[in-house]
Amino acid sequence: MGTFAYFPHTEEDIKVMLERVGVSSVDELYADVPKEFIHKGEYDLPSAMTEEEVRAWFESLASRNTRLKVFAGAGAYDHYTPSVIPYITSRSEFLTAYTPYQCEISQGTLRYIFEWQSLICSLTGLDVANASMYDGPTAAAEAMRMCVACTRKRNTVVASSALLPCVLSTLRTYASYSGINLVETWDVAEAVAEGTLDLAGVIVPSINRFGIVESHLGLSSLVHEMGGLLVEYCDPSALAVVKTPAEWGADIAVGDGQSLGIPLCYGGPYVGFMACRSEWMRKLPGRIVGQTADAAGRRAFVLTLQAREQHIRREKATSNICSNESLMALWCTVYLSVMGPEGMRKLNAICYERSHYLHSQLLATGKFADPFEGRPFLKEFALQPLCDVARLQQVLLDNGFFGALSTEEGYVTFCVTERRTREEIDALVKVIKEAEL
Amino acid sequence: MKYYDKLIFELSRPGRSAYSLPEAGEFKPSGSVWRETPLDLPEVSEPDVVRHYTNLSQMNFGVDTGFYPLGSCTMKYNPKINEEVVSLFNGIHPLQPLSSTQGVQAVYDFMDKALAEITGMKHFTFLPCAGAHGELTGLMLIREYHRSRGEEARTKIIVPDSAHGTNPASAAVCGLDVVVVKSRPDGLVDVEDLKPLLGPDIAGIMLTNPNTLGLFERDIKQIASLVHECGGLLYYDGANMNPLLGVVRPGDMGFDVMHLNLHKTFSTPHGGGGPGSGPVGVGERLVPFLDKVHVSGFHGNFGVILRACAYILSLGRENIKLAGRLSTLAANYIKESLKDCYKLPIESVCKHEFVFDGLLEPNGATTLDVAKRLLDYGFHAPTIYFPLLFHQALMIEPTETESLQTLDAFIEVMRTIAREAAEDPEILKGVPHNAPIGRPDETLAARQPVLKYSRQ
Repeated sequence: MGTFAYFPHTEEDIKVMLERVGVSSVDELYADVPKEFIHKGEYDLPSAMTEEEVRAWFESLASRNTRLKVFAGAGAYDHYTPSVIPYITSRSEFLTAYTPYQCEISQGTLRYIFEWQSLICSLTGLDVANASMYDGPTAAAEAMRMCVACTRKRNTVVASSALLPCVLSTLRTYASYSGINLVETWDVAEAVAEGTLDLAGVIVPSINRFGIVESHLGLSSLVHEMGGLLVEYCDPSALAVVKTPAEWGADIAVGDGQSLGIPLCYGGPYVGFMACRSEWMRKLPGRIVGQTADAAGRRAFVLTLQAREQHIRREKATSNICSNESLMALWCTVYLSVMGPEGMRKLNAICYERSHYLHSQLLATGKFADPFEGRPFLKEFALQPLCDVARLQQVLLDNGFFGALSTEEGYVTFCVTERRTREEIDALVKVIKEAEL
Repeated sequence: MKYYDKLIFELSRPGRSAYSLPEAGEFKPSGSVWRETPLDLPEVSEPDVVRHYTNLSQMNFGVDTGFYPLGSCTMKYNPKINEEVVSLFNGIHPLQPLSSTQGVQAVYDFMDKALAEITGMKHFTFLPCAGAHGELTGLMLIREYHRSRGEEARTKIIVPDSAHGTNPASAAVCGLDVVVVKSRPDGLVDVEDLKPLLGPDIAGIMLTNPNTLGLFERDIKQIASLVHECGGLLYYDGANMNPLLGVVRPGDMGFDVMHLNLHKTFSTPHGGGGPGSGPVGVGERLVPFLDKVHVSGFHGNFGVILRACAYILSLGRENIKLAGRLSTLAANYIKESLKDCYKLPIESVCKHEFVFDGLLEPNGATTLDVAKRLLDYGFHAPTIYFPLLFHQALMIEPTETESLQTLDAFIEVMRTIAREAAEDPEILKGVPHNAPIGRPDETLAARQPVLKYSRQ
């Protein structure tokens, strides 16, 4: 047996173990497997690499990616990650633990999940939050299923066509197999008001795919009148300054925690969040952490309300979710602790200021029109291009920028986070101004 | 590990902050879409944050702390080089054009080929973010396949009574009705019980092989041909793939679709409950449907896929052949060393894990007592009260990364606990004594839920 860093077994150890088990070779332990299924010969894989070779392999691949200044959003936002976060989340007591089944030696995990739940409640204004979902789009899909579960026998969920494309495509997939009638429409209020639907719920974006901060005035009473639940899809970073799901009267809030300092990392891992009014608490999917006390009266935290979950209820569970995105919930929890209320307001103020600056500078180039004049936006906005979009995108790429994402409706979107400096914005505008598009 | 009682909110003092941002003007936009409710977040300094979470971490037990024989969870060592390569890819936006992400695409291509080679599948989708998410995706693909053949009526899925709880739950989310197939007294799927269930309404069967008792389903060939003959497909639940890593390929056993838990078999850390990654592999006939199921926002948990990729490169074709075999050897070693004091319900060679049905002579001590006593002795507990086939189930999975010394130390402690139960079972009633907290009141937590912090 050659030596391999992760396998501690010496030849002598293996001999001792085989003797105890009473077999003469390890392969004998596979005697119950039909011979034809035992893989013969070599696997077609590279030969084992040293640690330095592994590092070099990835460095070489990483160099084939182009580092771009990100002026795009659409569900993934280039916010700064304070250095405290990776330092804390890489502590192996957090990193290498399993789901906190043995609560007595998992109080660290259970406490930060409790803090995360509390913070999500603060941001959304709602009463109860779960321990996390895979990402924002799957959280939305779970909310869609939850609307059906909460309203019993009602089966139609209306989704705004202005939701992010990645959210809508996930909703469509889930609806297609769970028999939910998903109705997509640009005018949610109109569709609901018709009153002909077997309405279980309505899903609307807090900030839509064009970056517009939507007004949902009167929507919750309309939806409730028709017997459904109102779900809002939110950007948690923006919730520091935009009207909360609770303020709009929503029953459920979902979204992606990525905007709370999680690196872009080509789309994951991110973390979904989900919060609701307390009356729907027992219909929430996923883990929930609750406070209690141990025998000595010390404050303690446990996984609770588990009668909702798959390991107890099997096919009758509220969801099939088991592993979620716990470490990324820690990531966001530390982020919000670092930022505090003032930091979150300031961050949004910078995004607002700089995105509005870019917006006006782009309009001034004469190469765009404003299709949503006067509508409020925070960090992302859509423009009507008066030029060749493919050419525009290529010119930006050639100059090290990623922006002007095409939407299905023929617009292009830009996003400006606090990481984009005034100089970078000016440089982007200069490129567009000077290019022949 | 020591008890620490603070929540971050309790460290908060108005005016403290830990952020670092450039100056900005006052944020006072006009209109009615802006937040009016005050924002209640903690106000703490950077040293406060670091010390608080460091203290929290010290109430946690991870694989890096000690032996973690949690059955069906494959808590193997998480190599550190895997963590380091991720930051090389942090700044890439998921919607960037392919021309700017060639390195990323090369990782996905490599992983598609490597996992296909390891499992005998054709291709993988990397969108699923965890094992249960993979199950759901795989079932969607099965339904898509039947739809394409006009066999919409195939709405039933067969699941063994020993299956992971996620199997029936995933089936329900996918709109399938669960039909349970029984296990025989020897712990394997009862083929005679299976036969009458098969028919034109069957979408397929979900199996984990070895099953949750750690036993290889030796009738798999017959099961596969029976299910295929009736027009159904076979789903492989990859949660128990570890003993087959480098030994047997699910594709060769007749499985049509499967998921892998990269956070189990491929050494990526579990993070206290995620992020995981549950790529789904399919055989030839399901390949056309792979792009139809959009189950998550972008491209799956790329950061986790990177770590698993690093693991495969480190293992290489030489060491992969040892991984599964050594995990099986370790499990059998523990089983044989303890079966004189713990009840082994099925005498058989196991794979990566096995199940005891409590103490041989419990003397009033339960599996819960044994599990909690292990914490006192510095070990994580096995999975308990699962599978449901045995009332006092203790499911032990050691993995291939534990040394003989560690296994012996665990065996010794398990024997000590058995002796304690025999001599003075009262010792076990109040345990653990050496953990940061004692046994908590779970009934109170469920009856009067306190699910968020509120200022007193």
